[in-house]
Amino acid sequence: MRKLTLLVGVLSLVVAACGGGDAADTTVATPETTPETTTADTTAAPDTTAPGTTEATVGDECAVENLPLKTPGQLTVATGEPAFEPWVVDDDPTNGQGFESAVVYAMAEKMGFTADQVVWIRTGFDEAIAPGPKEFDINVQQYSITEERDEVVDFSVPYYVTQQALVAYGDSEIVNATSLEDLKGYALGAQIGTTSLDYIEEVIQPDTPPAVYDTNADAKSALDAGQIDAIVFDLPTAYYITAVEMPDASIVGALPASEEQADKFGMLMENDSPLKPCIDRALEELRAEGTLDALAEEWLTQEGDIPVLSQ
Amino acid sequence: MNWPSAPSAFAARRDPGNGSRRRAREEGARGALIAFVSSVVFFGLALWAILTSEAWPQVQRQFFNPEAFVEVWPAVLSGFWLDIRMFLGAEVLILFFALVVAMARSLRGPAFFPIRALAVVFIDLIRGVPLILLILILGFGVPALDLPGVPKSPMFWGIAALVISYSAYTAEVYRAGIDSVPESQRMSARSLGLTQVQTLRYVLVPQAIRNVIPALLNGFVSLQKDVSLIFVLGVREGVREAQIFNARTFNYTGYIVAAILFLVVSIPVARFTDWYTERDRRRRQAMSA
Repeated sequence: MRKLTLLVGVLSLVVAACGGGDAADTTVATPETTPETTTADTTAAPDTTAPGTTEATVGDECAVENLPLKTPGQLTVATGEPAFEPWVVDDDPTNGQGFESAVVYAMAEKMGFTADQVVWIRTGFDEAIAPGPKEFDINVQQYSITEERDEVVDFSVPYYVTQQALVAYGDSEIVNATSLEDLKGYALGAQIGTTSLDYIEEVIQPDTPPAVYDTNADAKSALDAGQIDAIVFDLPTAYYITAVEMPDASIVGALPASEEQADKFGMLMENDSPLKPCIDRALEELRAEGTLDALAEEWLTQEGDIPVLSQ
Repeated sequence: MNWPSAPSAFAARRDPGNGSRRRAREEGARGALIAFVSSVVFFGLALWAILTSEAWPQVQRQFFNPEAFVEVWPAVLSGFWLDIRMFLGAEVLILFFALVVAMARSLRGPAFFPIRALAVVFIDLIRGVPLILLILILGFGVPALDLPGVPKSPMFWGIAALVISYSAYTAEVYRAGIDSVPESQRMSARSLGLTQVQTLRYVLVPQAIRNVIPALLNGFVSLQKDVSLIFVLGVREGVREAQIFNARTFNYTGYIVAAILFLVVSIPVARFTDWYTERDRRRRQAMSA
């Protein structure tokens, strides 16, 4: 029943988004971000500089006009092609819907951009990590922050921290598992480059190495084909997939993780990006005032509890 | 490049005197020297441009990283060993099935029309479909049908897709070989009372295969790399292990490891092909002489 409600909710969002594809509708979809822009701009300055100084905005290195942007006056944000729910709704990041789209607009507003000044481009995973200069200011597509990656690119502070979850079909024996030990004998799969894959290899350590797929869609096909028993996703993706794309599958359980195993999503920038302090400051402010949690609540959680498998 | 025999041969034809032959040899030596110096300058400049470029340290760290090399080597090597085994298994099946298809297509006479038509449709259809699609359809689609007794293994269906695809191409190589055998051979065999199938089996195919061995070896090298495409089904072969490492660390050194391993296998095959072709050419010249 829970799933059904979510499904209906998501479908109505999709229908609403499909209702009009023109520019007018897109700006209407983000009304909450635009009106406050001016206030955010003016309040930002007194926060960082002593009262009474006249050159408040000029001295602020994070003021829009002082930021070293790829294209002056606009924040160029990259995301995946296609971008998936619940991170971006309807593969349209400009609508402000979906967690990552909403976070980017909230952050841009904090930094003093208007919604119009946020320009989206698309990059593949590989283009984004290749050495050399990038075409984007930030790239947002659930990049997990790891030490090794941090050596070749820059990451913002995390905008979301999540757990991993195990998804399987109800008729599989694996749904009876209650601990990580119970999972060892099964064939597991995950998408390449995800913390989910690392979690299987490093924490679960199954008897057969996990199968590795290019996309979650391929992992789902392999599950359908009976080639693997279960897939590991990050929790929000697991919620979305079991609600919409694989209604017959369910979340067997969330997977226990220590602080350092937790999956932290960061915004990707080119190495030694001068933007990083400003991006970080905006995200920290959003976290402190509870906006990040509220957006996560809005886009990523689902009513009800799921069991957590024991260590 | 230096071709000392060619200029001297030309010179000899124009003027068969001893002096000009010596002059030609000197020209050849000078050519070799120029080739050497220009090569050093050219490659040296290219290398210098790369190594002094501002971004080189980062490129080196991401593509030619010794630590990453050591770290990723065991995984890529074991994945590559799987590639080799899959490749050998697939190649044997391909050589067999392709020959069957080629023979079916080479049968003459109205009675064999349905068989010929089937072979043509098979070849046209399979050659027109991207290999990756064939792998996905067979690898994910067929097992999802859940038919009793049908294997579900992604490796089984991945290899099946490769065998089907490569059989279509290789059948055309065989057919070119069969067509290259003079028509008189077929007619002589038929007039001796051999059936169509016997004619193919004992007269045409043995000569055809000999004609197309270099082309078959070329397909060998191609298959040896394409076999890694099975990774889309989740099979962890060599290139996939390199990708996994790349996605995890944003470091590309694993691909370099994979490339080296593939070269270690494909270069000897290429050299062997050249050697075999040359030997075969010489033998035929000797026979016709």
